[in-house]
Amino acid sequence: MGIVKTKDLVFEYIRRDEEGNVEGITRAIDQVNLDVKPGEFIAILGHNGSGKSTLAKHMNAILTPTEGHVFVDGKDTLDEENVWDIRQKAGMVFQNPDNQIIGQVVEEDVGFGPENMGIPTAQIWERVKESLVAVGMYEYRKFSPNKLSGGQKQRVSIAGVIAMHPKCIILDEPTAMLDPEGRKEVIRAARALNQVEGVTVILITHYMEEVIYADRVFVMEDGHVELQGTPKEVFSQVEKLKSLRLDVPQVTLLAHELQKEGLALPDGILTISEFVSEMKKLG
Amino acid sequence: MLRDITLGQYYQTESVIHRMDPRVKLVGTIGFIISLFLIKNYIGYVVPVAFLALVIKTSNVPFKFMVKGMKAIVFLLLITMTFNLFLTQGDPLVTFWKLTITKEGFELATFMALRLIFLIIGSSIMTLTTTPNNLTDGMESLMKPLKVIKVPVHEVSMMMSIALRFIPILLEETDKIMKAQIARGADFESGNLIKKAKSLIPLLVPLFISAFRRANDLAMAMEARCYRGGEGRTKMKPLIYKKRDFMGYLVFFLYLVVTIMVGIVIKF
Repeated sequence: MGIVKTKDLVFEYIRRDEEGNVEGITRAIDQVNLDVKPGEFIAILGHNGSGKSTLAKHMNAILTPTEGHVFVDGKDTLDEENVWDIRQKAGMVFQNPDNQIIGQVVEEDVGFGPENMGIPTAQIWERVKESLVAVGMYEYRKFSPNKLSGGQKQRVSIAGVIAMHPKCIILDEPTAMLDPEGRKEVIRAARALNQVEGVTVILITHYMEEVIYADRVFVMEDGHVELQGTPKEVFSQVEKLKSLRLDVPQVTLLAHELQKEGLALPDGILTISEFVSEMKKLG
Repeated sequence: MLRDITLGQYYQTESVIHRMDPRVKLVGTIGFIISLFLIKNYIGYVVPVAFLALVIKTSNVPFKFMVKGMKAIVFLLLITMTFNLFLTQGDPLVTFWKLTITKEGFELATFMALRLIFLIIGSSIMTLTTTPNNLTDGMESLMKPLKVIKVPVHEVSMMMSIALRFIPILLEETDKIMKAQIARGADFESGNLIKKAKSLIPLLVPLFISAFRRANDLAMAMEARCYRGGEGRTKMKPLIYKKRDFMGYLVFFLYLVVTIMVGIVIKF
């Protein structure tokens, strides 16, 4: 069994009027089956309201399924006894960097998770140091979070999660509020963690450029998984993605348009260097 | 403009007082304030002056910086003095028109002024030399015995430190909303007091909404990081008494003894 596994997951938001009567039910997640293997880099794509953030919150037991099950490292999120275990194993980074930093100094914020877990003081300091080094924020450890840029704040948030020694990190649109430079910083940190430390990363985003390095991509639409596969497989279906109101990376789009005009280019070109070498082959 | 406000201002420098355990400073400050109200004669006030001079000297905080904080209370000081001066019954000292200054009134007014000035200086030394974080930690540790009577000590100190963390963020937000509303034609400057207060509504409503949203997000982020109250929680920076802290307590204890001797026991 994988590190995160969902089985026929269904989640419904129930809207109630003032007397508490049910006004309507919105099915945010509809029959999702995922199986994430340890060490994988997974990307979940989808436009606003496709259910991707709701899905992310299930992986951390912040939300629990209406029907079906979510297993994190073999533990069912429906069982309340497992909640703290699951939250330690599957760390979560949220969208707004300001609203998830608790400490007034960078190092204190990173230490917040281990403090909650009851780790002895000396070990907390070790964990804080290694996590800050891992995201390249060690020299900022004495800074106030208010003095950091958005990308740096998100890296501190990631360090705060790593300090809990999770097996899996869920990044819920961590770059949505950042500038392009900050976005690159955060994605670089996430990839480094995945490759160097072997932590499973689940990245939820709507920026296509962030997805191309993933091992597997899931595209969500109206609460269910519409497309899945490697980035190459997913991005070769340009027309399908367009119909789901998703953009494809510019190079991929260019290659697709050229292909339509009759050039013999392969499907699913993701990077500029790949495009250049394919063009050279054509002569 | 709003960013100029500094709350619980901390003066960054290196000194024994800065490094001292916040609990020593808290106990010392509270004890010092109480001692001020025990002193019964003028000569007794020599002791707190000498003590404050010693503490200020060792704290490396420029005296000018402390006097700046005094400006805010000059008005309060004048009111207290006037009331005490004219409204105390006793032997008349000077009388002009309908006002009488009594001997008791004069004494009370001077004592009040001295106490207030020393009180402000004494407590500002604490805030100037202790980071807000350290201060909340110290309070939590000192109030621990109150847990027995079900006071949520950990929760209160957690709330205080989160509030401190969000002050600059919310100030920045206020600034932003203000600018956005000015751009839409809002007027925060003109009109009388009531009109000015009313014009704050378009500022406060969005600010509160955003504060609630932030609170919601923060609570979720804290839960996601396994926060479940103070039970079973360890400290990254635990408070441990060191040699200098015992020295601090000793110096303060000596001060108390001398104050009681000079200010209360010995009659001049």
